[in-house]
Amino acid sequence: MPSKRMIAAINEALFEEMERDENIIVFGEDVQLAIMGDTRGLYERFGPNRIRNTPICEATLTGMALGATAAGYHVVLHMMFANFVYTGFDAIANQISKMRLMTGGQLKIPVTFLACYGGGGSNAAQHSDSAHPALMNLGGINVVMPSTPADAKGLLKTALRSPNPCFFLEAAARGGQMGEVPDGEHLVPFGKAALAREGSDVTLVTMGSATKWCLDAATSLGKAGIEAEVVDLRSLVPIDEEAILKSIAKTGRLVVVDESRDCCGAGSHIAAIAADKGFFSLKAPVKRVNIPDVAIPYAPAAELAVLPTPGRIEAAVRQLVG
Amino acid sequence: MIAVKEKSNKHEYVELLERMLLIRRSEERLALLAAAGQLPGAVHLYIGEEAVAVGACSVLQERDWITSTHRGHGHFLAKGGDLKAMFAEIWGKKEGICKGMGGSMHVADFSKGILGANGIVGGGFAIATGAGFGAKLRGDGRVVSCFFGDGAANQGVFMESMNISSAWGLPVIFICENNGLSEFTVSSTITGGKLEDRAKAFMPTKVVDGNDVLAVQAAVREAVERARRGDGPSYVEAKTYRIRGHLEAEDAMLGGGTYRSKEDIAAWQAKGKDPISRFETYLLGNGIVEASEVTALQDKIIRIVNEAVAYADAGEDADVTLAHSLMFAAQEA
Ligand SMILES: Cc1ncc(C[n+]2csc(CCOP(=O)(O)OP(=O)(O)O)c2C)c(N)n1
Repeated sequence: MPSKRMIAAINEALFEEMERDENIIVFGEDVQLAIMGDTRGLYERFGPNRIRNTPICEATLTGMALGATAAGYHVVLHMMFANFVYTGFDAIANQISKMRLMTGGQLKIPVTFLACYGGGGSNAAQHSDSAHPALMNLGGINVVMPSTPADAKGLLKTALRSPNPCFFLEAAARGGQMGEVPDGEHLVPFGKAALAREGSDVTLVTMGSATKWCLDAATSLGKAGIEAEVVDLRSLVPIDEEAILKSIAKTGRLVVVDESRDCCGAGSHIAAIAADKGFFSLKAPVKRVNIPDVAIPYAPAAELAVLPTPGRIEAAVRQLVG
Repeated sequence: MIAVKEKSNKHEYVELLERMLLIRRSEERLALLAAAGQLPGAVHLYIGEEAVAVGACSVLQERDWITSTHRGHGHFLAKGGDLKAMFAEIWGKKEGICKGMGGSMHVADFSKGILGANGIVGGGFAIATGAGFGAKLRGDGRVVSCFFGDGAANQGVFMESMNISSAWGLPVIFICENNGLSEFTVSSTITGGKLEDRAKAFMPTKVVDGNDVLAVQAAVREAVERARRGDGPSYVEAKTYRIRGHLEAEDAMLGGGTYRSKEDIAAWQAKGKDPISRFETYLLGNGIVEASEVTALQDKIIRIVNEAVAYADAGEDADVTLAHSLMFAAQEA
């Protein structure tokens, strides 16, 4: 299998699916020159009727994404930074996530949102958030967060063939990450976690950007004789409860690692699943490693201090494994 | 240049030139440091647009407010923000104007009426309108200048803010910095009608040459007077151009892609077009200043910039505990 950068794998999925389905259209701010690199070359290949730069008007773009599905399109709306999801939130939260049920299941909403999330670049509080907790809380929207180039391609292809709205969240700092990517047809189903590392002493449940930190922490813990299992959820809505419960049944210990804030974050939900359905497997309290409930600060050291790191993950594991 | 030649205004003129030079030279330094990888985060430079902030802020009082944008260094300095504190902020230092918590895109000094640069395009409209509402309620004669780009004018909140400002006669001056670009998109490809016409539905408007500091000053002065009289908001559109990239890592980001020509950039940099060399020529040509005075001013600015760099370099790294302690202010119960 060829090795590719994450951003190239995302680009490949878009190319292949747009070739395959002429009803896929892409719009968003600066998608033509592709500020994030993921939509690069699409304009040259597919032209202005398939991909186009929009004005800066997120509140309208999200509503337009829904509206354009009426004409039979599968809309890809690139929202650039995940913080701008907040700017465009009304149509996401009040229309897209509710419209199907409210109208008795009359419509399908094939909309795929792309957005880059996360810190690490000193971009400060308005360009470093991860919006997935807010999105997970809406109910009617799939939320996927790949951690490898192969999963990025496979999850995005699944999203682009789905009749349901989906947020495909890209870790802003991981676009350059390399990995093997299957050529051509490669679908990764939603709601199926990947076992990123096997281990017997503790389970690290994670997703997206945080997966790499977990694997680094697990490698380091391995040297000290602590074997961590890493469960990469890949999708948060739907979520693979079975994989979480199976792994804690094996290890008896759970640390949830997530690049979002603590209060009502993805980690809170996963910890609740463990408490509710895996309680009797647990030999120790569930720990969460995430971002404290703060705005992400700008100065590099201050930013690093609030982000989950392999060091913080290791420390949390050591609290559980004597 | 529209102003009458008046040597009696010399002091004021020199002040305008000095402010523009301060912004230009300090941002040129930022460009070098960004290219050398020495600045954390994204840096959006205002080079080429200095006349807008400087002309507009020259007719504001210290107590007046401004809202700014992601391209906010010029507004910050024009409104009297301290260069040392701004550099220290961009360096991520404790001595920074926001203690290193905000960086380039968030420079703010509330004590000087600078309600903050903003990372959200269009984020300033409603804040300015709210400040204008507050000023109106207090009746203290303060005014608010809301700086925004032509790209931001496509956010719906622009209309909502103009509507409230107009309906309630709020003292807000909407200052559109029309540089024709929204990031890497030519604004005309995503903008219907004329921006000025949007504002005309609500308030008096004026379109000026944004590279002519005196033209900007005159238009904003009129708008400020109207606002202080209680006659409500105005719209001033300054036609200008962004000389640098949207942000300093632009080339790497675009992977060879382009959205404008080198010729366009060069045309706006020409002596008769660049806001600073143009104003210098005007002042020299009308005998308002001597060449030696301009040279002395240039030297002075270089010294100030060097001092600010040294100050920021020598600063302490930001206090990492602030992220926790600053989130909430102390409250009674
Ligand atoms: C809500 C929001 N959407 C998108 C962006 C990304 N963005 C940053 S600057 C910019 C273009 C702004 O253009 P304009 O308002 O004309 O200001 P200029 O950069 O030309 O000074 C965009 C789209 C953002 N920061 N915030």
